Amino acid sequence: MNIYEQQANNKRMTWFIVSAFVAFFLLIGAGFDMFVLGTRLPGMAPAPVVQQSVYQRPGRRPRPPLNNTGLPIGTMLAFVAGAVMVFNSASGGPRMVLQSSGAVPADPSNPKHRQFLNVLEEMQIASGLPMPKAFVIPDPDPNAFATGFSPENSYVAVTEGLLDTLNREELQGVVAHEMSHIRNFDIRLMTMVAALAGAILLISDFALRMGGMPRGRDGNGGKGNVFGLVLWIAVLILAPLITNLMAMAISRRREYLADASAAELTRNPMGLASALEKIRAAAAPTRTIKQGVAHMCIEDPRGASAEDGTGFFADLFSTHPPVARRIEALKKMAYIS
Amino acid sequence: MSATIVLVVLAAVAAWLIFTFNGLIALRNQVRNAFRQIDVQLKRRHDLIPNLVNSVKGEMKFEQDTLEKVISARSSAMAASAGGNVGEISRKEGELSMALGKLFALSENYPNLKASDNVRTLMEELSSTENKIAFSRQLYNDLVTSFNTKQQVFPTNMIAAMLGFQASDLFELPDNSVERENPKVDLAV
Repeated sequence: MNIYEQQANNKRMTWFIVSAFVAFFLLIGAGFDMFVLGTRLPGMAPAPVVQQSVYQRPGRRPRPPLNNTGLPIGTMLAFVAGAVMVFNSASGGPRMVLQSSGAVPADPSNPKHRQFLNVLEEMQIASGLPMPKAFVIPDPDPNAFATGFSPENSYVAVTEGLLDTLNREELQGVVAHEMSHIRNFDIRLMTMVAALAGAILLISDFALRMGGMPRGRDGNGGKGNVFGLVLWIAVLILAPLITNLMAMAISRRREYLADASAAELTRNPMGLASALEKIRAAAAPTRTIKQGVAHMCIEDPRGASAEDGTGFFADLFSTHPPVARRIEALKKMAYIS
Repeated sequence: MSATIVLVVLAAVAAWLIFTFNGLIALRNQVRNAFRQIDVQLKRRHDLIPNLVNSVKGEMKFEQDTLEKVISARSSAMAASAGGNVGEISRKEGELSMALGKLFALSENYPNLKASDNVRTLMEELSSTENKIAFSRQLYNDLVTSFNTKQQVFPTNMIAAMLGFQASDLFELPDNSVERENPKVDLAV
């Protein structure tokens, strides 16, 4: 896959994620209408008249639906909320990601930061892209990520630990790797996933709490709707998990490509390979980087334990391919292995 | 009927011509822009050198020879860039890189220099500029290669010259360049 196909693929994937997200919101809204508000649309059959049974305690009446307007209020609200969240993620996502990890702009008067700024500019020249904004995260564990919506509006963040641990050549490899994520439009996809995954977690939690007292049985509907209700609740519970798995799968495939492009930019695959060795050796988790940003980092911030497994489940739940395999691939590029 | 076929063929040829021409123009502009980038970095190096020489000359007074070589290499590189001949520029800049490399290596012998923040900052700026020159040259050469390849492959090769395109020169080191010399490594202690 060349870089233009990769860019097109990433843009397509971003659209897919956004549509899936909006669809998910519509589903939540529709379920909310049916099971919680008891909305009846004009086309639907009127609520069945519940016969008063002789066995029924007197005075018990079916509760009337909360929403009598005949408009799918829940669905409409959910659609508006979904659209607002997509817009918000696209415009404010990069800022949110940076803020959540406590990143501050690099300070040119600090020699370490100065070197990072220089290396970033070198890689910007090598790639021929606009200059990304440089951020530093005050954390002693070495790690790095890139975010943004497009190459014109992009950010590279590294931890203090990375600047302290790596030499110039290795830092160059890491920055080149992040630069490749920017060039391939990985950042747009991954930032959208990070921002929307957070929103999904929030909203499904909210809907589950509200849905704790469904009115489906006595308010309207019937046995057929029990299945729908179960399905709706299952979607709400599974959505965060599915989003996470998707984020992981999306990011794993992109790491190899970014490694290869980094080697193309620096013409020195061993710089990145030895940087990955050092990052892996620092096994401590990167505490300031939140779970939701894990799939954007050069190395899984949850620490070495999440990385070293190679089985199917280890593969399924890790955001990055095993470091050993990445180093192996880089060494092949340098004709060393 | 045959008139329609002729029209369709003509339209296809015209579309291909327009498409090819526009693609070549875009690449040629990228090549020109990349060349400017090399220029920017070379100029930056010229600006940094006097600062460096001034801040190390007190400490390195026994290396007068090396310092003078750096200064003179800088002025001839500046003269070459004013001249605008690509071959001449890359030769003179190569000599300047060589002189600077020697100065960097010698400065390792002066612990006072390495301890000075000012000198360290300047060294970092200069080595970064060296890298920027190398990377802008790399980008330029990559772009020139794809520009030239695009002109030379069939069927574009039949029309590229007619449309007024010609192959660009790579930013190469001339055969007699100092950067091509084998480095002399002295391991005697």
